[in-house]
Amino acid sequence: MNDFFQNTVEIFKKELKSEFRTKYVLNSLLMFVLICVSVIRFAAGDEKIDNEILTGLFWVTIFFASVSSLARTFIKEQDKETSIALKLTSVVDSVYSGKLIFNLILSYVTGLISLILFVLIMNYEIKNFSGFMLFFFLGNTGLVIILTSIASIVSKANNKGTLYPVLAFPVLIPLLVSIIHATKLTAEGAETFSLYEEVIIILCYIIVVLTASLMLFKFIWED
Amino acid sequence: MTIKIFKYIAVVLVTVVIFLSFLVPIPYIPALGDKARVLYYHVPMSWISVVAFFMSMVYAIKYLKTRDPQYDVKQFSAAELGFIFCILATATGSLWAKFNWGSFWNWDPRQTSIFILLLIYGAYFVLRASIDNYEQRARLSSVYAILAFVTVPFFVFIMPRVVDTLHPDPIVNSRGKIDMDPKMLYIFLTSMVGFTFLFLYMFQLKVKTEILNLKIKNNLN
Repeated sequence: MNDFFQNTVEIFKKELKSEFRTKYVLNSLLMFVLICVSVIRFAAGDEKIDNEILTGLFWVTIFFASVSSLARTFIKEQDKETSIALKLTSVVDSVYSGKLIFNLILSYVTGLISLILFVLIMNYEIKNFSGFMLFFFLGNTGLVIILTSIASIVSKANNKGTLYPVLAFPVLIPLLVSIIHATKLTAEGAETFSLYEEVIIILCYIIVVLTASLMLFKFIWED
Repeated sequence: MTIKIFKYIAVVLVTVVIFLSFLVPIPYIPALGDKARVLYYHVPMSWISVVAFFMSMVYAIKYLKTRDPQYDVKQFSAAELGFIFCILATATGSLWAKFNWGSFWNWDPRQTSIFILLLIYGAYFVLRASIDNYEQRARLSSVYAILAFVTVPFFVFIMPRVVDTLHPDPIVNSRGKIDMDPKMLYIFLTSMVGFTFLFLYMFQLKVKTEILNLKIKNNLN
């Protein structure tokens, strides 16, 4: 168990180091978000976009931004043939958890930046900010757990780029539906306490999916 | 031997159901009328598509445990047949929706959930198609089948919270009782059993041919 945590931290540090060498994922994520926001803005023209629609668009942006770049964590190991070294040196589960933590931080950062862009450029109004942020973090966490494990599956397959969203989307729909519903309500000013059941459902989803991913990862990683 | 037994049971029961479902008069049901006859076909189809998905997940777990190729064959045979039944359930459902709700498709929660089931099946086949190595394909698709299956129960809780449904009560309704005319109930149960046996027959046939296929491919006898 101690090995697991130590290894997780090591893998996370390694990810951070290799990311800051090129800043490939971070830059592409930020550019993607920026492009998305400006495309939405140009498409809307002078119209004011409804707050309700903006919540949906916000999650669409986050989903596609994540799908466009989070697969990279595993694909790069396959491309650069470093996965064998990783298999030799570390505990299996910690590969998943290390990369998961890295992806989580990455998606929180890009999510926050896109939120700021939405507020500044599109006049997105959030009435219950603390509630919104709670669902924002819960949603991103669930999203990244699934996307990380799907990324490890995709890295072994052909035509990786198209396969990734195709595999991830059906598994993510329950989360996306409830998270869009909850953030929409909090943006309109609903009390966090009244959305208590949504929190429970999303937490259950996160726990179930995280457990399944951790249990199944060793089958994906071997070969 | 069991294949033959399943075949005969399925043939007899499904034939009986096809006749009775059109011939036996239906009691008056508000807002449904004769359109309620779709229940004899639609409900077994959706039941089988879920059962097949569940079977596929169970075989996926068995495959990961034992690495026996026969479980992989069973896994995707169940998924392929489940997909066919899922399409049939969607088709019968949306035909009924056209005459009862006015349009073939209107994103009712029930329609959304079956659409997602179709999407999961579709994604599963795309994944299988895009991996060349046999062992890797079996392993990764097993993982995906399990991962996808654990998220399915969430629809049951989430969809009705977000949108209201117009779908008639499920057969066993929320009060835990079966509200159905006894005559209809008999035909309905026969249909459920008949179509389940039809599915099991098709499943065994499919598994048999797939295993033979595999043997030919590997030049084994």
